[in-house]
Amino acid sequence: MIFGIDVASILLGGLSAGTVLFIISVGLSVTMGLMGFVNLAHGAFAMFGGYVIVLSMNQLGVPFIPALITGFVVTAAVSAVFERLLYARLYRAGELDQVLFTIGLVFVFIAGITLIVGPETQPFTPPAALRGQMDLGFTEYRTYSIFLIVVGALIVIGLWLGFERTRLGAQIRATVDNRRMAESLGINVDRLFSITFAFGSGMAALGGGLGAEFLGLDPQYALKYLVYFLIAVSVGGLGTVTGVYYASMLIGVFDFVLKLYLPKGGTIFIFALTILLLLWRPQGLFKRTEA
Amino acid sequence: MSAVTSPSERPVTGSTLSEHTAAQMLIGRHRLRLWEPLPWLLAIAFYFAFPSYLGFGTDLLIWILFALSLDLALGYAGILTLGHAAFFGAGAYTVGLLAYHGIWSEPLTSLVLAALVAAAIGLASGLVLLRTTGLTLLMLTLCTMALLEEGANMAHEWTGGFDGLPSLTIPPIFGLFEFNPLYPETQYIYTLVILFLGFLLVRALIYSPFGESLTGIRENMLRMHAVGAPVRWRLVVCYTISAAIAGVAGGLWAQTNAYVNLTTLSLDRAATVFIILILGGYGRLYGAFVGAVAYLVLAHFLARLYPTAWQLGLGLLLVVIALFARNGILGIADTLWRRFKTRRQPS
Repeated sequence: MIFGIDVASILLGGLSAGTVLFIISVGLSVTMGLMGFVNLAHGAFAMFGGYVIVLSMNQLGVPFIPALITGFVVTAAVSAVFERLLYARLYRAGELDQVLFTIGLVFVFIAGITLIVGPETQPFTPPAALRGQMDLGFTEYRTYSIFLIVVGALIVIGLWLGFERTRLGAQIRATVDNRRMAESLGINVDRLFSITFAFGSGMAALGGGLGAEFLGLDPQYALKYLVYFLIAVSVGGLGTVTGVYYASMLIGVFDFVLKLYLPKGGTIFIFALTILLLLWRPQGLFKRTEA
Repeated sequence: MSAVTSPSERPVTGSTLSEHTAAQMLIGRHRLRLWEPLPWLLAIAFYFAFPSYLGFGTDLLIWILFALSLDLALGYAGILTLGHAAFFGAGAYTVGLLAYHGIWSEPLTSLVLAALVAAAIGLASGLVLLRTTGLTLLMLTLCTMALLEEGANMAHEWTGGFDGLPSLTIPPIFGLFEFNPLYPETQYIYTLVILFLGFLLVRALIYSPFGESLTGIRENMLRMHAVGAPVRWRLVVCYTISAAIAGVAGGLWAQTNAYVNLTTLSLDRAATVFIILILGGYGRLYGAFVGAVAYLVLAHFLARLYPTAWQLGLGLLLVVIALFARNGILGIADTLWRRFKTRRQPS
């Protein structure tokens, strides 16, 4: 293989994996930034959404795009109920209780899905239009991966516009920077949090569905990838959108390269780098330092 | 007096605490309560009452020691760690590697070595990690553990990778008491003795001025800085001691099971010990005991019969504890006891 083409396919593979990581983690970043809530159950919402999407495609024959929308809406609605009934009681509690509560929630999701759907991995096949290879001019690559990268880019642009250009986005940024000040300016932080929490969980659901092709989808999903979601968020910086995007892309490409050249235990470098990075910049790589 | 009052301890005898009784309480805090020999008597009774469950009992005692080590770091000093299995695994692999490669296998000295290795890792990681707090600290402890797990997986030639190190040969203790895998009497007594020693160490620590300052750091780090306490050093020392005890627990695990594998370093183990401690009640000496008994008895009998329902039940239990019973089983017992007392003698 020619070196140049090799680099292109590594980049594309890494970017598509990074895109899924970003779509799942971005909601976690914003909700953690807003409330400082340690939500270890975020992966469980991604898994739940993934199941809704994949099952509605496989069992009910719903087409791809409507299935994605259904997954988003259902997961957002379910998470909003959880947020109002349970999460809201723990905003003022310590991190310890939040960790305990969300670990408990993860177990409930894992067991619930095992009971209702079963422990086996759910097969996911992309629609016919997204299968096969695509000619990009300089190289050929899997159409589905290209699709993921494009979708991720559109999402990050959309979220960036929403974050920087809308009233709601300004309120979120203000609250991340200084919650007390935002509250005293009359921003309804509780309502803001409910909205972003539901939206973030919906995004996680999208990521769960879109990533089911190569992450797989089984009840252990909620715990298996949790460390990666948390790394993406803490490297990117809490409460940022673009930061998490860059961090996810970095991790995706890095992970892809390591898996290629160091198939055994290459992930060790990801953990080592994360530790070094967090020691160097505890706020994350891309967080604005002025708060 | 007011400047010295411990911010940590819950008011045990109600609200009408005069200066005098408060002082009495502070002075007498470390004294042995009447009921304190009870867990040990129960542990000895278990040995005679359930000879066929001694393997389970040994496992239980090791979990207690592990939870006790976490209590020192998380419960008393308030170090938010989800990676405590790093030290458990470090101890287990120290014992395992030395025995498997025929370098050293004498049980007691192996445990000392396990403690030293775990303490060294605790000290090295603590020195850098304990600058941070909250979520960053949580992530860093998690990553440290994952790093060790991946490292053990990668060093396949020495550690056996995913399969671990099977069938270790552990020589008899003092050349007299043999480890018999079928009748784990020696293992049980041995583990009980080590747990007792570990418990004495933790008990002495938390009732010492050092332990008091740890509680102070947990309750209000800023104020401890302000009164001139060397906060970071206290945390590092506490983390190192806690790591050493966790290493001993891991070493015991390797010796009594006669094998080591990657589960000793897994997130699963770290999460389980976290759950055990909080189930029992953290920041109190006997939370580890109550939590381990409650969790393992339930897990042992329910998880085999109904694995999924068990996980569902456990999840719901954790949610309920986090929402309504912040101090675990012992916290509930405390509240009930206080209510009972105030009803009997209304003030």
